[in-house]
Amino acid sequence: MAVDVQTTSNVAPVAQRGAKGMSTLHMAIFAALLVAGLIAPFFLYPVFLMKVLCFALFACAFNLLLGFGGLLSFGHAAYFGAASYVAAHAAKVWGLTPELAILAGTGAALILGVLIGSLAIRRQGIYFAMVTLAFAQMVFFFSLQAPFTGGEDGIQAVPRGHLFGLLNLRPDFTLYFVVLAITFGGILFIYRIIHSPFGQVLKAIRENEPRAISLGYRTNRYKLAVFVLSAGFAGLAGATKALVFQLASLTDVHWTMSGEVVLMTLIGGMGTVFGPIVGATVIVTMQNYLATWGAWVTIVQGTIFVIAVLLFREGIVGVISKWVKRPL
Amino acid sequence: MTASEGTILQAEDLTKEFKGFFAVDGVNLSIKRGSIHALIGPNGAGKTTCFNLLTKFLPPTRGRITFKGQDITAMSPADIARLGMVRSFQISAVFPHLSAIENVRIALQRQRGDSFDFWRSERVLNEFNSRAAELLADVGLTEFSNVQAVELPYGRKRALEIATTLALDPEMLLLDEPTAGMTPEDVERVAALIKRIGANRTILMVEHNLSVVSTISDTITVLARGKVLAEGNYETVSKDPRVVEAYIGGGHG
Repeated sequence: MAVDVQTTSNVAPVAQRGAKGMSTLHMAIFAALLVAGLIAPFFLYPVFLMKVLCFALFACAFNLLLGFGGLLSFGHAAYFGAASYVAAHAAKVWGLTPELAILAGTGAALILGVLIGSLAIRRQGIYFAMVTLAFAQMVFFFSLQAPFTGGEDGIQAVPRGHLFGLLNLRPDFTLYFVVLAITFGGILFIYRIIHSPFGQVLKAIRENEPRAISLGYRTNRYKLAVFVLSAGFAGLAGATKALVFQLASLTDVHWTMSGEVVLMTLIGGMGTVFGPIVGATVIVTMQNYLATWGAWVTIVQGTIFVIAVLLFREGIVGVISKWVKRPL
Repeated sequence: MTASEGTILQAEDLTKEFKGFFAVDGVNLSIKRGSIHALIGPNGAGKTTCFNLLTKFLPPTRGRITFKGQDITAMSPADIARLGMVRSFQISAVFPHLSAIENVRIALQRQRGDSFDFWRSERVLNEFNSRAAELLADVGLTEFSNVQAVELPYGRKRALEIATTLALDPEMLLLDEPTAGMTPEDVERVAALIKRIGANRTILMVEHNLSVVSTISDTITVLARGKVLAEGNYETVSKDPRVVEAYIGGGHG
């Protein structure tokens, strides 16, 4: 691992007797988030909110791999972007309904995850990060050159279509609730993965891989499985984003996108449940409301990142989790 | 050497070369089923390397290893653990940010086979809680069940590690310096524990504490410079002049 999860206290405290599935505290936070998500579009611009939702899901997918699998991928834009292209193509050229387009995009990300993951997990630490980056660059150049991706223009004017052929998703307000359902469902599913028998083995591998091997766990298979799952959820986020903005472009597969999701996860708190949601909200909000500042946004982002690394390494939610002495 | 009825683990001509340096050099080992076998020797004698070779955490340069009559020379470490030969590590090997009971449960979870069921709630693991509590009680860790492993004192970590290893109910245990760095009381407790668990298992251990070795082991193999120097019970080995010269240094015995 390039980010040394074992020695730093980035991991949220455990405070559980027996496995509960979901603690009351987490259930309350999820309920509060859902309520906030349902009310928000009445006060804020739905497209902005949908962007927050897509990135929250993307960051949660990334955190599943980094925070719980202990694997730092520096190429997660590949799955996000590839899914976005495939979904856009499926909706626009093949004329698929939105749910099928999103499924196609997610499927593409899963397949890409299997291909890249099975090669990358053979390496550890910084080499793992470099291998994922190298493959992501290949996906970028493929997206630049391939005939169906539209090169520099991307795939534009992607139709949002009718959900299940029935519900017209053209109005932002309608689409918002669909995106909320996808994101919320996705994040709950990730939560379940973390709190499953599989998740438990994953944490063991993150904590001490040789020991997990000595107990008879074939750790590479678990690492591949979490890699593919993480790629799949990243793809779900990317495919959904393509329908929201009606656009799939090179930005989605660019390495800066991979960097952004690392940033969101670290600022929010890696290895926490709610950190990536907070991190994504902070970063997207900044990009949105400081957009008039142009290039200065990057400088502000960089400064915040430096401050986060220096002052609160556990991230926003990680620090709060330490205060209240409960895993969040 | 041929594997006799009573042999559980056998190594023939086991050799590990690191760029011209022979850390383990043509070692023949034969561990009797049900015995407590100690591997001793001065620092750098190749004891830990030997352990790593036997459990395949290192690939041997040469030699053949058989466990329960099966050639395991080309197997992966995880598969060897699945066959029933489980090792501990010299530096304490716990899962630091999991609680003591979760540490043990990770091992008990192996009874389910592979745990790829990411869609199921972790509540299914609660069936292992009572067994985990028993194992923790066995090593005197009951009151620490919900404490994160990282916060346990050193001796308790070693005890937790043993409980985790025992959770697999392995036929054979390889313990790498189980009492290293422990207080005298802890040493006594762990030695008694090893003796007790050795009643129906085979144990191979690397150990520096000679009083532990002399009281609980049936057979002792002395390694020096990667080679077997002597083998036998404590009486025989401690009187062997080569051992006295190489290891004990004349004063003991």
